[in-house]
Amino acid sequence: MKLIYERSQAGRRASVIPRPEGLPRTEVPEEFRRTEPPRLPEVPEFELVRHFTELSTRNFGVDTGFYPLGSCTMKYNPRVNERLVGLPGFAFLHPHQEEEGAQGALELEWRLQEILMEVTGLDAVSLQPAAGSQGELTGLMLVRAYFTDRGEIEQRRKVVIPDTAHGTNPASVTMAGFEITHVKTDPRGNIDVEDLRAKVDEHTAALMITNPSTLGLFDENIQEIEKIFNAAGALMYYDGANLNAVCGISRPGDMGFDIVHINLHKTFSQPHGGGGPGGGPIAVRKMLEPFLPVPAAIRRKDGTFGLDYDRPKSIGKVRGFTGPFGVFVRSYAYMRMYGPQLRDMSETAVLNANYVLARLKGPYDLLFDRLCMHEFVLSARNLKRDHGATALDVAKRLMDYGFHPPTIYFPLVVPEALMIEPTETETKETLDAFCDAMLAIAREAAEDVQVLKDAPHDRSVRRLDEVRAAKDPVVKYAFGDATVPAKV
Amino acid sequence: MTHPFLALTDSDREEMLRTIGVSSVDELFRDLPAGVRLGRPLDLEPALSEQELSAHLAELASRNVDTTRELSFLGAGVYDHYVPAVVDTVLQRGEFLTAYTPYQPEMSQGVLQSIFEYQTAICELTGMDVSNASGYDGETVTADACYVVKHATGKTRIVVTEATNPQVRQVVKTYAPGFGLEIVEVPHRGGTTDPDDVRAAAEGAAAVIFQQPNFFGCLEPAPELVAAASDADALAIAHVDPLSLGVLEAPGRYGCAIALGEGQAAGNLMSYGGPHYGFLAARQEFIRRMPGRIVGETVDANGDRGFVLTLQTREQHIRREKATSNITTNQTLLALGGLVYLTWLGPQGLREVGEACLDLSALAKQKLQEAGLELAFDRPTFKEFAVRVGRNARDVIRDARAQGLHPGYALGRDYEGMDDVLLVAVTEKRTPAEIDRLVEVLS
Repeated sequence: MKLIYERSQAGRRASVIPRPEGLPRTEVPEEFRRTEPPRLPEVPEFELVRHFTELSTRNFGVDTGFYPLGSCTMKYNPRVNERLVGLPGFAFLHPHQEEEGAQGALELEWRLQEILMEVTGLDAVSLQPAAGSQGELTGLMLVRAYFTDRGEIEQRRKVVIPDTAHGTNPASVTMAGFEITHVKTDPRGNIDVEDLRAKVDEHTAALMITNPSTLGLFDENIQEIEKIFNAAGALMYYDGANLNAVCGISRPGDMGFDIVHINLHKTFSQPHGGGGPGGGPIAVRKMLEPFLPVPAAIRRKDGTFGLDYDRPKSIGKVRGFTGPFGVFVRSYAYMRMYGPQLRDMSETAVLNANYVLARLKGPYDLLFDRLCMHEFVLSARNLKRDHGATALDVAKRLMDYGFHPPTIYFPLVVPEALMIEPTETETKETLDAFCDAMLAIAREAAEDVQVLKDAPHDRSVRRLDEVRAAKDPVVKYAFGDATVPAKV
Repeated sequence: MTHPFLALTDSDREEMLRTIGVSSVDELFRDLPAGVRLGRPLDLEPALSEQELSAHLAELASRNVDTTRELSFLGAGVYDHYVPAVVDTVLQRGEFLTAYTPYQPEMSQGVLQSIFEYQTAICELTGMDVSNASGYDGETVTADACYVVKHATGKTRIVVTEATNPQVRQVVKTYAPGFGLEIVEVPHRGGTTDPDDVRAAAEGAAAVIFQQPNFFGCLEPAPELVAAASDADALAIAHVDPLSLGVLEAPGRYGCAIALGEGQAAGNLMSYGGPHYGFLAARQEFIRRMPGRIVGETVDANGDRGFVLTLQTREQHIRREKATSNITTNQTLLALGGLVYLTWLGPQGLREVGEACLDLSALAKQKLQEAGLELAFDRPTFKEFAVRVGRNARDVIRDARAQGLHPGYALGRDYEGMDDVLLVAVTEKRTPAEIDRLVEVLS
């Protein structure tokens, strides 16, 4: 299909910009003036709408169908939230509005902070981080500030990360100026406690893990791990990417964690928008509160709400204003529609995952044969060994059955990984249809592997050449200039 | 257990438990040690129905004074520009709204092509060669750029002008210790930055960051600042207002290495500060150091054009601790809003919006001066300007709001000696009659 630039014709336009009659013209001084106009598209409004509508039909969301993308928690995003976030009192509120003109927004932020404290079992929250990975980085900045304050920062340089970790964890550690110590996974899929014990000492600043892990397994030794870190005087960081497994069942604070980030776009239904926005608030134990970013929403003694900048030990700001407010509206609304029933949400997510796992293990290999939490990781290594069908082939073939594929080739400890997270959304009929498709694909691999290799067959494009894209990157439209994109 | 977002019936549950081989849902959690279980219901208010929820949030929203209820001249980084209906139409398509990052390109051509078109628009606006798929906001993309130039130059000092948005500077300073960077600020002189000050400060620095128009609304002598940075062998990073780029020169045209900024003005509602999008574009030589997602063109098995996430070896899921950033989630939907808005405008509309801002703010400046107020700086401006109000600006704001008008931002919040200075933003949404009202209230 055409690019919007290829639909463009000079002289067409969609906008009319009102201009008050008699308004004098002001010239931009020549030294500042634009010399050549940007080549933005020139289309009438209906062409614009048709273009983006057609593009949307070439996309797949939770609204389209089942989306078991592991570690991403692709649950239903309630439509009422879109209406609520558009209320003029929220959508047209300027972030520099005075506190007395923003009482509703500040109360919402304060209430959200309170709910997140209860769900995580911790003492203070900053809503500011814009996404999970920024929550991680902010958390590590707190670790740095905490140990700087204690005069131990020169000594404590190491952050311990298991080999199952999300790639953001090590990247965040580097960006926060720490060094990484890797720890192994044991045969049951838990962190290898003996390996951990050998690596944690007075040079350790923190541990960074997800629990349940990216294998979808709850670490059975979590209390032992807590003891090791307590003894070393190091902090524990909880990557909340998998919080959907344990809401109302077990809280990171009760597991011994000192810092948690929460992915509002996963557990609490902020729609992911094809890549964002997200929200990555962090919750911390009391001793870390003085270091949190400024400002925080507070309730004053007189019952009014305000922003507190009075934190002399604060790390500063990690994002503009108080954070992605529209995300807060949606997640707050979502949590209010569950209340204490958040537990039912997590239980259903875990039940759905175990059901799909029970139906698929066997035809697909399972390295750690335990009950799972909200997700699980199968391996297509048996299909690869016996028939030459890879996890990638299985993923592409699933598209032909109308499902979004699971996460593949992650976590790295599982070869030919297929990481499946059904979430609590979905009827049993949908789960069964997905299982039937996965089982059919395993049979197809044996009977006619080419049908997997050629997949997908009926999407808007066939399988795409990612190697070519990276080798000679074309990252913008060339406007008919044949010499572009050679410029690398 | 009934809930509108949950579907399993009792018989579904029984059958599923049987298939799993356990007798209860509780048994699924047997790996959790007793000591870490909550063992009580969450202490939260009872669940609300959609109707009750709507009433509750409408009540909260009603206690905010937004720009539909109060005439506002607030800016200082977030602006009350018009956002056309087509933006809502496109962003509410469930296929865009409820999709994840396009890891599986054959399922995601819609969002991938959109980002490719967005990257093109950002490169056209800024005069740069390569744009990423968006960052969190104008603050964090500036911090991201510091990481890029540190690794590109091997130097650890960053110069930033004091006339750059204070929140941008704060975020850069928050990131600096982890990045191993030292941040040096260059003061303004009469509202803009002196190239000689930049030249002196930039010696041995990786880059110079400045804002155009700057936080006071003044137009910096940008080409001279870039030349001064270049004299000291430092890269230049321009923080720009996308809506100014129909009338103001593109940073790529005056030698910047990186152009970035806050996208909100172009297609996002203010929404109390977010979510919005930050944009970041650079010259070709930085393509493999860019933070975040980038979409590239390729072909499918039939040789037809398609789009994929590319240059992923920069990214955290491949490179882990050696990645160019830790970003995964970005602001794609808001960037899509930006693309739809810029498409709605077209080149002509972009220039006209810029001209309307320029002309209306010039009218406001003139009328305020005629009413006896003094401008804080005698410099050309775009849509925002600083005016002395004769007493503490925070008191002026309070009194003006009592008359139903928000006159602007108190610069004394961030700058010493500016307690009597108000920063006034005039977008294309303001009318001459509203400007008269501002003059009446302030004089």
